[in-house]
Amino acid sequence: MLQDSIRTAPFGKQRLEDDSFKDLHGMTLPNSFRVAWEGVMLNKLRSFLTTLGIIIGVAAVIIMLAVSAGAEAEIEDQISGLGANLIMVTPFRSFGGVRGAGGPRGGPGGITTFTYDEVVFLSQNLSNISGVSLEQSTTQTVKGGTATLNSVSVVGVTADFLEVRDYSIGQGRFFTHAENEAIQRVAILGAGIAEDLFEGVDPIGQQVRIGSSRFTVIGVMAEQGIVGATDNDGRIYIPASVVFKRFGGSGFGGDRVRMILVKAENGDVMDSVMEQITSLLAGRRQIDPAEPNFGVRTQQDIVDARASTTAAFRSLLAWVAAVSLVVGGIGIMNIMLVSVTERTREIGLRQALGARPRDVQRQFLLEAVMLSLVGGLAGLIVGVGGSFVFGELGGMRTELVPLSLPLAFGASAAVGIFFGYYPATQAAQLDPIEALRRE
Amino acid sequence: MNDPVIDITNMTKTYGEGDIAVHALDGLDLQVQRGEFVAVMGPSGSGKSTLMNIIGCLDRATSGLYILDGEDVSSLNRDQLASVRNRKIGFVFQSYNLLPRLSARKNVMLPMMYNGFQNWSEDQRSDRASGLLDLVGLGDRLHHLPTELSGGQQQRVAIARALINDPSLLLADEPTGNLDSRSSTEIMGIFHRLHGQGATIVMVTHEAERAREAGRVVNVLDGKVVAIQSEIDRMIVA
Repeated sequence: MLQDSIRTAPFGKQRLEDDSFKDLHGMTLPNSFRVAWEGVMLNKLRSFLTTLGIIIGVAAVIIMLAVSAGAEAEIEDQISGLGANLIMVTPFRSFGGVRGAGGPRGGPGGITTFTYDEVVFLSQNLSNISGVSLEQSTTQTVKGGTATLNSVSVVGVTADFLEVRDYSIGQGRFFTHAENEAIQRVAILGAGIAEDLFEGVDPIGQQVRIGSSRFTVIGVMAEQGIVGATDNDGRIYIPASVVFKRFGGSGFGGDRVRMILVKAENGDVMDSVMEQITSLLAGRRQIDPAEPNFGVRTQQDIVDARASTTAAFRSLLAWVAAVSLVVGGIGIMNIMLVSVTERTREIGLRQALGARPRDVQRQFLLEAVMLSLVGGLAGLIVGVGGSFVFGELGGMRTELVPLSLPLAFGASAAVGIFFGYYPATQAAQLDPIEALRRE
Repeated sequence: MNDPVIDITNMTKTYGEGDIAVHALDGLDLQVQRGEFVAVMGPSGSGKSTLMNIIGCLDRATSGLYILDGEDVSSLNRDQLASVRNRKIGFVFQSYNLLPRLSARKNVMLPMMYNGFQNWSEDQRSDRASGLLDLVGLGDRLHHLPTELSGGQQQRVAIARALINDPSLLLADEPTGNLDSRSSTEIMGIFHRLHGQGATIVMVTHEAERAREAGRVVNVLDGKVVAIQSEIDRMIVA
């Protein structure tokens, strides 16, 4: 059949009769992809090991961003749970208590905590505020109705508590300043506690026994759900005066106030309120306001402090991940250089058969890009799966950053192009005569 | 239509410069007519390999004119030379140079990847490759890998590959150099058949008997063609 076609058409002239022969390009892109893919599949184990670097790099980028996003979200939840325009007065410039240099009447361990009187003093003397509160908590056994609950969080607060924390009452009412000053034993139950103790019964006016004292329930908090790690519905609020004047703080972490919360009227007066707090408290303690033995900070300060910590954490993670991507890229370059050397003869042959330098370059570049894209794709799957596994089993909150997926994948492609370019160019510059002679 | 396939005039190829310059080709002239079967002989260092590289458009001459199939290829760039190799030249190497992981048919189809056959469907390309393998007697070995073929069979695959783009010139560099005499005879038989069908063949060989099978023998010595022996040889063969 073909013998006939060759016989009828003179050699070298057949193409002239076929228009398709006149249009001479190099290799088509689909063919380039096919040849490059064949190159990748030529040595499957080696290709896999080469892509492993990229897989790990891409997965690391995705997981690490998910972990740090999760950590940030956690912190944001905690802090936004505190309410807006909030100023925290903490012992010795610390959030949560660092050992101070022992202020006047230093508390346990030398921490310069506050007295209840100082809280009252601030609430009476500060201007442009909507409230002053504190939160002194302990866990107690609570009896009420027919139920007994162990380890209930009982928190002593001021009458300003709802205002300060932007909480709202669900049923009944909160206690008043008068009731606080009168050291009334009244209690406001968290929604969950009310449900547990007085299911189906109106809890208002009921008696509860907290530890060994009786309290009258006057309100139930609105349901909040679990914010961060805290179950706000599982708490009972009682007047701070009861905690400090009646119990002497016993069972409430001593008679000292660990943190005072002040809410400014609005965001504009935050600075002035902070200055007032510092001068009032320093004046009362008879110390230099320039060197207070307590800290006055806004929620924003804490957010910023945490944010800069997590930002540093995140950029560290991102760098680690980026470095592993680069290492993966170097692995690809290495294997491509080996491949070019090993396949020198093939390159020479392809050149003899009509491959232009750019065809050869494209073949090896595509091979490198394919290695890195396959690695990127696998890394994407490992990264998403890994984030999920970390979140579910690692006890770590993770939130996939949607942008990280195209970012990591794109980075792997860029790595392939960048690290594939040099070997591919080396291949393209081979002299076909030399290449064909090579064993 | 009667212009020569190869028309080389006063070609020189110089390696190095000044005192250490080596003149591999030194004013060489060569014409090969369409349909000729020419054997090129010459001792090593004669410039024979240089000549073959230039004829094959793998290398460029330092000076001189080279017209291949009516096209001046003396001053083409690398890309253009690649295109000329693809369209006009079918290479047959001493060591076959098949890609080991590709089947016989895929090997034959390889040159089509780099040229205008791309308007052909995959089936058309496959059919053409199968037809050429059939032509060289390997119609039943389409899917064999080179390692599953004998040397002679591999060289026949290489010949089919050389023919795939319908070249103006078959350029064979010691095509029987690695083969036993029986396989060599088969390969030469294929060349004779192609020659009989009008193919232009230039074959490098160092075996005098093989050279004598060609229509004409070109002897290269010191970068020149020294004598055309075909008339003498024909008389000897006769």
